[in-house]
Amino acid sequence: MTHVLKIENLHVSVDGKPILRGVNLEMKHGETHALMGPNGSGKSTLGLVIAGHPGYEVTEGSITLDGVNLLEMEADGRARAGIFMAFQRPVSVPGVKMADFLRHATTNVRRPDRKEGEELIPMREFRTELRSKMEQLKMDPEFARRYVNEGFSGGEMKRAEILQLAMLQPKFAILDETDSGLDADAVRLASASIAEIGREKMGLLIITHHDKLLEHNPPQYTHVMLGGRIVETGGAELARELYSGGYERIRNTYPDAEAANQQMLSEEAAEVATA
Amino acid sequence: MSTDLALESPDAIGEINKYNFRTESTAVFKARKGIDSDIVRQISEMKNEPAWMLDFRLKSLDIFNSKPMPNWGGDIGVNFQDIYYYLKPTNQQGRTWDDVPQEIKDTFDKLGIPEAERKFLSGVKAQFESEVVYGSLKEDLAKQGVIFSDTDTAVREYPDLVREYFGKIIPPTDNKFAALNSAVWSGGSFIYVPKGVKIEFPLQAYFRINAENMGQFERTLIIVDEGASVHYVEGCTAPMYSSESLHSAVVEIICKRGSRCRYTTIQNWANNIYNLVTKRAMAYGDATMEWVDGNLGSKLTMKYPAVYMMEPGARGEILSIAFSSKGQHQDAGAKLVHCAPHTTGQIISKSISKNGGRSSYRGLVRVEKGAKHSKCNVVCDALILDPQSRSDTYPYIEILEQDVSVGHEASVSRIGEEQLFYLMSRGMNEAEASTMIVNGFIEPLVKELPMEYAVEMNRLIQLQMEGSVG
Repeated sequence: MTHVLKIENLHVSVDGKPILRGVNLEMKHGETHALMGPNGSGKSTLGLVIAGHPGYEVTEGSITLDGVNLLEMEADGRARAGIFMAFQRPVSVPGVKMADFLRHATTNVRRPDRKEGEELIPMREFRTELRSKMEQLKMDPEFARRYVNEGFSGGEMKRAEILQLAMLQPKFAILDETDSGLDADAVRLASASIAEIGREKMGLLIITHHDKLLEHNPPQYTHVMLGGRIVETGGAELARELYSGGYERIRNTYPDAEAANQQMLSEEAAEVATA
Repeated sequence: MSTDLALESPDAIGEINKYNFRTESTAVFKARKGIDSDIVRQISEMKNEPAWMLDFRLKSLDIFNSKPMPNWGGDIGVNFQDIYYYLKPTNQQGRTWDDVPQEIKDTFDKLGIPEAERKFLSGVKAQFESEVVYGSLKEDLAKQGVIFSDTDTAVREYPDLVREYFGKIIPPTDNKFAALNSAVWSGGSFIYVPKGVKIEFPLQAYFRINAENMGQFERTLIIVDEGASVHYVEGCTAPMYSSESLHSAVVEIICKRGSRCRYTTIQNWANNIYNLVTKRAMAYGDATMEWVDGNLGSKLTMKYPAVYMMEPGARGEILSIAFSSKGQHQDAGAKLVHCAPHTTGQIISKSISKNGGRSSYRGLVRVEKGAKHSKCNVVCDALILDPQSRSDTYPYIEILEQDVSVGHEASVSRIGEEQLFYLMSRGMNEAEASTMIVNGFIEPLVKELPMEYAVEMNRLIQLQMEGSVG
């Protein structure tokens, strides 16, 4: 059976303000989808809502994985069901070593019924696997002993997220600008790694502004978000059009969505100003 | 936390019981309840003490009676006349494991002492109720002139050494509870490390309170001679009882020139215990004194390990962790007193409060006149797990010299929604994620512990965290 992640008519608010206004998206295992759109269009929000961030309120619509309602699960349940999000700016967890964090995460995801306090994957087995994945990603083994995201450079953070992707082997992964803030070499390495780990082995939803990631991971589908909706869906050629030509055509074609987008941006700016 | 320590999956109920079991007490001598000069004389007589110690006890009793209760810290609801001050469990002190009575052995079995000893310990002094009943010391240490005994034995066998230092670092006049301990003390460890002897492995002791209403007043004295070094480790798990109990210890340490001492304590008292402890070290030229102090459980803990830096080059470092839960108040902290120029001090304090628990940091940094070029840094971090819980900081800074550098940073944080979400998005449930965040928070202390204590500390935190969420 091919796994299917299905989002139907998804409406999401924060503090009563709508951010997503009816998103529809269907992905199959093995497919690569690009999610593009200008700032404030709701791309990261969509990813966070799929992953189960508690700060968002779903007011309408559904998200299902193989017909199972993800909205009834907390973030941990969704991770155990096979959802993964590589965050744009993951938080640090001081004092917790990458290796310990990964061992807990890997055990939970591989044994979805595991309860707290039950055994973890055997140390030797885990270490061997972690070491080989880190080699594959050209990471210094010392990295495993550092505290989660603590003092990481932008590039290290992104590689740490890719390492998690490699270890957890989700059914569906959302990559939120996993190429941003990296120099050209790092982008190439990240893109190649994702292709090696994820392409055709999981469903990939790639949120990006750049072309490099998609060069290595050519999407079967490109979705464009504006004002909290997916306004247009095409193939790889749509992604190429957008990163060479920008969003002018999209903004002009969908004036209502553009107005909603502008409104969200101005509300966000007002919040930043009063914070 | 560290997966290197690979905990076996703990059976939660079994683990809790492990620390709450109670052994039938077959004390051969038990003084009546209450405190007066007759009781003090009786204790001294039972111990066959020299006259100077009896005299010291009786003077201390007068001081205890004349001192008011502290009017700061926490509420000390102790009825001094409703406590047993002395109880001797067996007639003789066990020399080898075979000599130890089965019932007491069972207690140690449940605490994992023999196993711990096999694996990690070289010298053990374990305190069961008021007397040391079992202890061993590696021969090579004895050959080097190291003395590691209970303090009662030391009074009899090394009277000159004990008398020179006993009560000199913490005189009975210091505070009401130091006076109480001085009057009725029993047990505790005595350590003497001769000049230049460096003990490579930690010396350990295990303390337990067993009889209901049984106060425990151990008295520890450590003398680290010039250029010597020692790491002493003390851990506590007390069984639970319904009525209130008092633990009031005194720990005195002398670090002579160029020496080094680390004193590590993990205390996990039952929720009805008042834990009022005075700990102080004097560090002389270029000596380093480190206190590593972890406080869990108890009804009220008031404990502020101190280092007095007496000569140039002395260093004092204090690492303190407190975990308070429902009905618990941890008033913990540290004291650094710079009495000489070019002395260096550091305090790192971490506290965790949950389920309505209250943690306070109370710390003193004092730089005496003339202690030029002294440096001191204080970092206090508090983690609060829910809105019912509380954290306070009471920093006292007294600087009587101009040319010094003193820093103080304090932070209070709550477990962040973003941190929880991040860990949960990797498959950890809320409780597991919270435990991981808390273990990370105390990692700076745990990594300083010998391995078996690090394992125990992580396990205790896990027990404390269970059921804390949702």
